[in-house]
Amino acid sequence: MRILVNGERLTTDAQSLDELCEALGFAGAKIATAVNGSFVAAPARARTCLAEADEIEIVAPRQGG
Amino acid sequence: MAMLQLYGSEISSRLLLGTAGYASPDLLRHAVLASGAEIVTVSLRRESARTKTGQGFWALIEELGCRVLPNTAGCHTAKEAIATAQMARELFGTTWIKLEVIANDDTLQPDVFGLVEAATELSADGFDVLPYTTEDLSVAERLVAAGCEVLMPWGSPIGSARGLANKTALQTLRSYFPETPLIVDAGIGAPSHAAEAMEMGYDAVLLNTAVAKAGDPVKMAEGFARAVEAGRLAFEAGLLEPRDMASPSTPVAGTPFFKIDTVS
Repeated sequence: MRILVNGERLTTDAQSLDELCEALGFAGAKIATAVNGSFVAAPARARTCLAEADEIEIVAPRQGG
Repeated sequence: MAMLQLYGSEISSRLLLGTAGYASPDLLRHAVLASGAEIVTVSLRRESARTKTGQGFWALIEELGCRVLPNTAGCHTAKEAIATAQMARELFGTTWIKLEVIANDDTLQPDVFGLVEAATELSADGFDVLPYTTEDLSVAERLVAAGCEVLMPWGSPIGSARGLANKTALQTLRSYFPETPLIVDAGIGAPSHAAEAMEMGYDAVLLNTAVAKAGDPVKMAEGFARAVEAGRLAFEAGLLEPRDMASPSTPVAGTPFFKIDTVS
């Protein structure tokens, strides 16, 4: 299916958010996630199914003021 | 010097420092150390699967051992700010959030309507909200009613280095909320601006650009640390009221050549 990850188009076979994060190499990384504008907690990623055109955010700590 | 209290925690430094815009991670590390800041602000940004930039940054912050205050910088709606705050709480393991809802990209002024909306929802959800707001008293009242125990009015627009643009309103805010911790956040360009806020009785200052973009950020961080301390000490000591006419500091009594009497 085709989805947007951090604003960029991506074609993936991942069925869940957890699978997607793992496929992108984020297993064990310090990240947080949102799907279609809503926060998805880490424990909920495995049961969060992905659908065509979903918009995923994967964020990490960064410098800030 | 009295300790700063924020949401039930005692904080050792009244200077809160941002972590953005330093020329190198090493410069950031040394500037934070020189500032003596116990609280540093951080953000959340999209993580690249290729570079994983955020992972290295987090290792540096952990090494510094500071308490982090995540922000919602760049959010333009309450919905975005709420989702960002929720991600930050999980990522950083803190209920503290520097809540920013931006109204205008040129002035970066707070959207106070979205701010109150987000602060209400986040406070109800167990967050300790530190809202980046204007000096407007009615907005401040709404934020306090929403559950905010700390307020962070701007001095002037973020990164502008213009200092305290509306001192009268900032003083009014201070007088109106004598018990609420008030932090001047944004617009501080020089240590004198920070000292001025502290002399007015503000509880702390939060700044970033003035240190990060200084010719020597480490030296500037130390300069700000001293200014904040000096301003606080002056406030606690009690400042002299300004007056219109001079008042001699040297005793008048016993001044030589002063005519008290005449012999004839």
